[in-house]
Amino acid sequence: MTVSAWWFLLVGAIVTYGWRAAGVALSGRIDPNSALMRWVACVAYALLAGLIARLIVAPQGALGDTALWMRLSSAGVALLVYFIFRRSIVLGVTAGALWLMAVTTLAGG
Amino acid sequence: MEPQSSPDRQASSAWTHDFGSPAGAGRGGAWAAVGAPALVLGASYVGFGAFVHQSGLTFFQGVASSITGWALPGQIALIEIFVAGGSLLAAAIAVGLANARLMPMVVTLLPILREGDAAPSPRLIHYLSAHFIALTGWAVAMQRCPDMNPRQRLPFFLGFTLVIWLSTVFCTALGFFLVEVLPPTVTLGLVFLNPLYFMLLFTIDIVRRDRRWALLIGVVLGPLLHMITPEWGLLITGLVGGSLAFLITQYDRQRNPGRGKS
Repeated sequence: MTVSAWWFLLVGAIVTYGWRAAGVALSGRIDPNSALMRWVACVAYALLAGLIARLIVAPQGALGDTALWMRLSSAGVALLVYFIFRRSIVLGVTAGALWLMAVTTLAGG
Repeated sequence: MEPQSSPDRQASSAWTHDFGSPAGAGRGGAWAAVGAPALVLGASYVGFGAFVHQSGLTFFQGVASSITGWALPGQIALIEIFVAGGSLLAAAIAVGLANARLMPMVVTLLPILREGDAAPSPRLIHYLSAHFIALTGWAVAMQRCPDMNPRQRLPFFLGFTLVIWLSTVFCTALGFFLVEVLPPTVTLGLVFLNPLYFMLLFTIDIVRRDRRWALLIGVVLGPLLHMITPEWGLLITGLVGGSLAFLITQYDRQRNPGRGKS
């Protein structure tokens, strides 16, 4: 990590705002449903799905010290509660996070 | 400020949502954000703040990320690649790919916000407003603004997004501080909020055939490619997995053109 995190943040801000400014400049001139835009959406969704899977299966930092079964069962509990309680994202996320806290506390103590 | 535009001459009853004035629309937008939108997004950013702390970045770096690079998936991807030891170039491309969807979102929303605007091209205010276009504010504005007097749309949008933007900045700071005062196991739960949240969001999208393949292929490729190359794994997942998903979806559209989106 020779480059400061500030450079990463600066680059991230420029790239992110760049897309927004490009959208303003191009509005009314391009079709947001064109094949190119659909490809862009596919790339973004694949990347984000990969990112989320990686954060669950192979996280860095302190989460990486927890056992894989703890994180997978937390995801399972979140999905289960989400579907049982009429697709409530709030309840699903809360249940999954509480589950992870519970199993890490029990395993650690 | 602007020349007379036709929407002003229409009866106010033509618009089902009328706040009376642009300032009233700004307040209306702000009030619409207080509650569920600010709370749900706030919880995500508490998780992000905790994630920033766990990743070894400073308080000000976390807050700066939410102020300047506001769009959570890109913010998380950026820090993931930084911690994995990736290069600036890898981070720039990954954030670019993760946030590329902002561009078509702005393209679709801006004509609604600018309707009746006599100026031929976007003005400074539109370029400034674009910074606040992210998923939550975009979805609400796309849904509600077409029912409003055009003069009230941009104020409504800005009122709404300023409230959720400021609350996410505050919640980033809060999440960072909570890591220092809460037990480590609770912190783990906070850091895990966003993976769980996005997992459930994507579960909803699995039924949409224009997103299904991108999500499924991404889930498989993401962890696999991470083992092969931590620096470039996300990029390859996006480009290769996304392109493959695009081709499958195109083929599917041609074979079953009438099946709609789901």
